[in-house]
Amino acid sequence: MTEEMEKNEVTESPVTTDGDIDTSAPARTLWGDAWSRLRRNKLAIFGAVWIVLMILVALTADLWVPQTLGSPTEADSTTMTQDSRLPPSPEHPFGTDTLGRDVLCRVIYGARISLAVGVLATAISTIIGLVMGALAAYYGGIWDTIIMRLADIFLAFPYILFVIAMLAVIGPGIQNVFIAIGILGWPSIARVFRSAILSVKENDYVDAARAMGASDARIVARHIFPNSVASIVVYATMNIGGAILTESALSYLGMGVVPPDPSWGIMIQDGQTYLATQPWLMLMPGLAILTTVLAFTLLGDGLRDALDVKMKDA
Amino acid sequence: MTETKRTGEPLLHVEHLTKEFPVEAGVFASRMNKKRVHAVEDVSFDIYPGETFGLVGESGCGKSTTGRTIMRLTNPTAGKVIFDGKDVAKMNKRELKEMRRNMQFIFQDPYASLNPRMTIGEIVSEPLQIHGVMKDQKERIEYVRSLLDIVGLNPEHINRYPHEFSGGQRQRVGIARAFALKPKLIICDEPVSALDVSIQAQVLNLLSDLQKEYGTAYLFIAHDLSVVQHISDRVAVMYLGHMMEDSDWKTLYAEPHHPYTQALLSAVPIPDPDVQHARKRIILSGDVPSPIDPPAGCPFHERCPIAKEQCSKGEMPELREVKPGHFCACHFAAPNPIKGSSVEL
Repeated sequence: MTEEMEKNEVTESPVTTDGDIDTSAPARTLWGDAWSRLRRNKLAIFGAVWIVLMILVALTADLWVPQTLGSPTEADSTTMTQDSRLPPSPEHPFGTDTLGRDVLCRVIYGARISLAVGVLATAISTIIGLVMGALAAYYGGIWDTIIMRLADIFLAFPYILFVIAMLAVIGPGIQNVFIAIGILGWPSIARVFRSAILSVKENDYVDAARAMGASDARIVARHIFPNSVASIVVYATMNIGGAILTESALSYLGMGVVPPDPSWGIMIQDGQTYLATQPWLMLMPGLAILTTVLAFTLLGDGLRDALDVKMKDA
Repeated sequence: MTETKRTGEPLLHVEHLTKEFPVEAGVFASRMNKKRVHAVEDVSFDIYPGETFGLVGESGCGKSTTGRTIMRLTNPTAGKVIFDGKDVAKMNKRELKEMRRNMQFIFQDPYASLNPRMTIGEIVSEPLQIHGVMKDQKERIEYVRSLLDIVGLNPEHINRYPHEFSGGQRQRVGIARAFALKPKLIICDEPVSALDVSIQAQVLNLLSDLQKEYGTAYLFIAHDLSVVQHISDRVAVMYLGHMMEDSDWKTLYAEPHHPYTQALLSAVPIPDPDVQHARKRIILSGDVPSPIDPPAGCPFHERCPIAKEQCSKGEMPELREVKPGHFCACHFAAPNPIKGSSVEL
């Protein structure tokens, strides 16, 4: 690509219709370019593969997990005593918990909840954040002041305390968890999107569109949004990891998912008493949180590099 | 050539155009003495169909702002911009859209003026889509391909993205976009100053070829007199937001009446070392005054080699007709007022 570009630069002659760009090569889109860059980032691909694997396992869990590992929630009172807190074995790869339930089974069902909370909460904050950020940046003036000062107020409170306070009002439960995380997460997305729009808005092609007579809606949809969405994709990806972490923290504190539903946070809380004697009770859900959040961060990091238009290698 | 074109109604009539920008002051600054940047002050000129009007001046003199205000990318503070018989400043949204069908813009920076996420085909066909011209997609694609061919690009590249082209090629895309609706006037805001010199000539030639073919009028903004000379029928010189001199280009180059125009012309390099060495360059002292706090009287008096007491008092000297069709804003306007510095062209 770079070589080709240089060649064009040099060979521009009055007759530019000559094939100074190799027309046989397929036209490459910017997203195509981004994908080819992402593919060469091993860590990002590792993160993406891990996320896809988790999603597949979580989605198909109902089909195979109960048959092989047992129920994630119900404990069998007749076998509870001999199954309690067994160390990892071929039968129970992650061991069992105090009530004799398989830890792997609970980690898998916990993944469902964590991924759902991460994705849905991020979706809520992204939608609110996009609308707020777009209004603030595109119309500016009084809109900008009102929305951004509101965002400052939201950001002025310690995030986790704010979420806990909100949950105390609307009550615990998985649905309320992602609503609370989602609603309180918009200010940072709004800020990122606002600054992205502000920088894109200054480009001549936005003026060019206005000079052509394009409507506001068209300018936003065709020119501003496609050029500022990359930063949101990156930010939202990383935000999913953050939301998962928040959900785990809330469940750990007893404000999130209600037992017996499995959540990584609850499992850590249950297992912490036995850290010295049966460490897998806490270690396994902890590893699940670590790898998942790490996977989202690595993917987000890779996307940031891949979507940078200025990196034109290929 | 110039005289024959300047008959009938002007296509664009700019009268006492003024544009001021408020300077952002603190919250507690008094509203009464808010400072303003006087970007364009009382500028008037006419452009007739099919002619090229060159607007020159150094950076920050308000030439780009003049262009953007005519297009109404920014609203004028005062004055009239009459395009095709209608006042641009008073148009509503619908009229403005209709006006923009006939007035297009070519930008300085070919890297910033094309949306990196659109193919050049999409870029060139966007004005057609906005104005609902050629609704049939096949017909539109054929037309865009022919436009690309006209501006010297390979029509096969219609699906390529701007980053795959060089600066000169990108500027050709911008030109194809501006010509897509066959407008009556195109405002060219330094269209070649970001390009290599060899490519500048090609793009200028392309612009004059297209003008011959479509009869489009240009408002050609530049800071380079040699570029303007190459393409313009008429040239106006701006300094600190004011119009200093306005004439057809031959007269302006042969007999500059304003000392500022003369100084500018003496800085144009001449590709002949003997001539270049023999002639006298006028070196102006000092810097351009701040447009926030422009000097009283003639804005140029602090740097003018022939300024007298009257220049620093009262109002800016009026643009008066020193010869038929030749206007100059100087109390002492005379052919080549600074002695021994006439420019041979």
